[in-house]
Amino acid sequence: MAGLLLSRLLQAALVMIAVTAVAFAMFRFVGDPVRAMAREDSTPQERAELAQALGLDQPVPVQYARFVGRVVRGDFGISYRNQRPVTTLIAERLPATLELVFAATILALGLGIPLGVMCAIRPDGAAVRLVQSVSLIGISTPTFVTGIALILLFAVTLRWLPSFGRGDIVDLGFWTTGYLTGSGLRSLVLPSITLALYQLTLIMRLVRSEMIDALSSDYVRFARARGLPKSRIHYVLALRNALMPVITVTGLQIGSLVAFAIVTETVFQWPGMGLLFIQAVSFVDIPVMAAYLMFVGALFVVLNTAVDLVYAIVDPRLRKAKA
Amino acid sequence: MKLNRHFPVLAVALTALLPAVAGAQTLRWSSQGDIATMDPYAHTESFTSNVQHHVYDPLVRRNRDLKIEPALATSWSIVAPDRWRFVLRRGVVFHDGSPFSADDVVASVDRLLDPTARARGNLANVVKAAKVDDFTVDFVLKGPYPLLLNDLSGIFIMSKSWMAANNALKPGNITTGTTTYASTNANGTGPFKLESYRPDQATIMTVNEKWWDKPEHNLTRIEFRPIKSDATRVAALLSGEIDMMAPAPLQDLARISAAPGFKVIEEPSLRLIYLGLNFRPELQGQAGVPNPLLKLPVRQALWHAIDLDTLHRRVMRGKSRSVATIVAPPVPGYSAELDKPVGFDPDKAKKLLAEAGYPNGFKVKLDCSNDRYINDEQTCVAVAAMWTRIGVQVDLKTESRATYFPKVDRGETDIYMLGWATLPPMDGFSALSALITTRKDGFGGNNPNGYSNSAIDELTRKSAVELDEPKRVAQMIEAFKIAREDVAFLPLHQQPVAWAMKNAVEVPQFADEYVRLWFARMK
Repeated sequence: MAGLLLSRLLQAALVMIAVTAVAFAMFRFVGDPVRAMAREDSTPQERAELAQALGLDQPVPVQYARFVGRVVRGDFGISYRNQRPVTTLIAERLPATLELVFAATILALGLGIPLGVMCAIRPDGAAVRLVQSVSLIGISTPTFVTGIALILLFAVTLRWLPSFGRGDIVDLGFWTTGYLTGSGLRSLVLPSITLALYQLTLIMRLVRSEMIDALSSDYVRFARARGLPKSRIHYVLALRNALMPVITVTGLQIGSLVAFAIVTETVFQWPGMGLLFIQAVSFVDIPVMAAYLMFVGALFVVLNTAVDLVYAIVDPRLRKAKA
Repeated sequence: MKLNRHFPVLAVALTALLPAVAGAQTLRWSSQGDIATMDPYAHTESFTSNVQHHVYDPLVRRNRDLKIEPALATSWSIVAPDRWRFVLRRGVVFHDGSPFSADDVVASVDRLLDPTARARGNLANVVKAAKVDDFTVDFVLKGPYPLLLNDLSGIFIMSKSWMAANNALKPGNITTGTTTYASTNANGTGPFKLESYRPDQATIMTVNEKWWDKPEHNLTRIEFRPIKSDATRVAALLSGEIDMMAPAPLQDLARISAAPGFKVIEEPSLRLIYLGLNFRPELQGQAGVPNPLLKLPVRQALWHAIDLDTLHRRVMRGKSRSVATIVAPPVPGYSAELDKPVGFDPDKAKKLLAEAGYPNGFKVKLDCSNDRYINDEQTCVAVAAMWTRIGVQVDLKTESRATYFPKVDRGETDIYMLGWATLPPMDGFSALSALITTRKDGFGGNNPNGYSNSAIDELTRKSAVELDEPKRVAQMIEAFKIAREDVAFLPLHQQPVAWAMKNAVEVPQFADEYVRLWFARMK
């Protein structure tokens, strides 16, 4: 177990080093922050001073070494645009993104699992066919189109729900939440549906295929033969086995939800990390972009490592093989 | 009955409340980006200054016609070529109740001129401000300088006692990440008070009842919420969640004005779009071949080959104004005579090319941004097609502003698109000194491709210190005339600025694209 942990951590460290290098190399091509910051009529001297203040006059390897050195010390620098420590900025934006991702995950699981079961049990029902074809739309429509369509329908035409923002939020000191106010919850509806749609279809289709497998397995046939109630066979015996891969996928998908919240957050002006990143890109705010990429990289590494370790704990065969 | 007994009391209470409710006018507006900071000296961004102008007053400000008028200073005089005297307004109080005096002006200028202040370039010609008495301040300059008032119209005055009490006498700086209490709080003398500022979410202001000026607006509250996505911003307006947006995306104007209850207002902005040219011995990537653009007939040919009318009608959907100069009409240095386009004449263009020794044209690169100016990419595609018709082979490349402008700055282009709004000074000198004066001694900051004309350089240096206004303007116009005859650039058009709002909102629009809500009225 300790050996497994150590090898996983070593791999994680290597991945993170690769992420810093890729992130840093990328910034050579996104543009010049000096130009974005300086006044339009600034003199060449002013621009040179600015570049010096940012450390951009140094050779690239020196810049990279400094960058890694600071990152190791936990210092991600100061945002060029928001003029505040990047770690503070991310800490401020994290609650908004996590609340959105949490709501989307609940929605995806809460609807995806029952719909998947339904599709498996009654593959020929009219409702099931409808759900199946709608799910195709869900999986193939780009997020921004879904978001804009929802805004047009529910905000502009029906005027039921707000089109942007997070509503009133409650500051708990370490966390800001929109879950405690009416306008906060109303604001959550459209973005979380937009973000959940892809996951929902994915989970539904996964549950459906796993359920079909489980329903044709021997133990389900024996259970039927014994005359157990249908609901118990479907929802307890078969579903439990069908859920194993769903848990894995959901765990890994939380990482992508956080990462892909960028589009949803931009469409709904949701003040989370994705919006922070998009704004950083247009302002060539290198410290924020770097920190965000590292955060997302770290998130995936942590989730993957955690899933692997949990496997080892849950499945005794894996544990023995490694030990 | 109990209800009956209480009813008159209730009715009286309700009628007492009614006027207050009817008088409460909240304007909710949006733009595509947020302000960078609340600290006026920590940045050089025009939109940030614009929003701060609602909270802070400068010594002099722009009126409805964009002319400079007294604000915190009531009058001024030039006591020596390098010393201007300002008489300050009496009876002005800051939002925290402290009175405004000469000490505040001196402390503000000291703070702005601090070597660590990001915005100190905005007052580059000032050495210091010196107090004469409580309501008189002298500005000591490096030498004669005609544009002091233009500069001061963008310098907001902060309170000395407030800065001292909150340890904010030293400026913030968005580049180095220095923040102070003033980065997120504000205490000005302006028409609105800052209630709260949450970056990327909302900036809320309430009316300042004790403003020194008689308000022309009828607002009690302003809520600013940035919305990055164009489509969402339009949806927020149409769904009634915001009352106004500035700017409005050009592609949605027709849809918004067709929606009942909404309107679009448009005005030509100060920003003029032109094509700059390579004046070095060789073109990019064509080493050893002499640069055809160095020949005047070639430049004239390129100008005659551009069909400005088609650009105006097709690319800009009739919203732009075709121009032949690089300063807009409201700006000193503009001359209607120099603004007459040379005329679209492809045959003449071909003749000029043949005359210059290029009967079969030549190969040249054209570089443009695709996210900085209105329809910038489409404009360049159209121009490239027009030049192809006279035999010039155009290698067009369009890219994002983030990579485009550094490339232009390094002089790695042959023909490049640039827009200039002469801001913040709103004076022709800005275009003259930055765009067509030889790059040297702080001049020519945006003249990266070697254009150099000694006659223009001389006029630039003269007008930089000329205090006689008519003479100064004449010098600038003379320089622009020389540049035009020399075809130093190829002017295209003046960009429009469009805002969209509910019918209930009345707000004047300005060519400098500033939103001045102290002129706004809501029905």
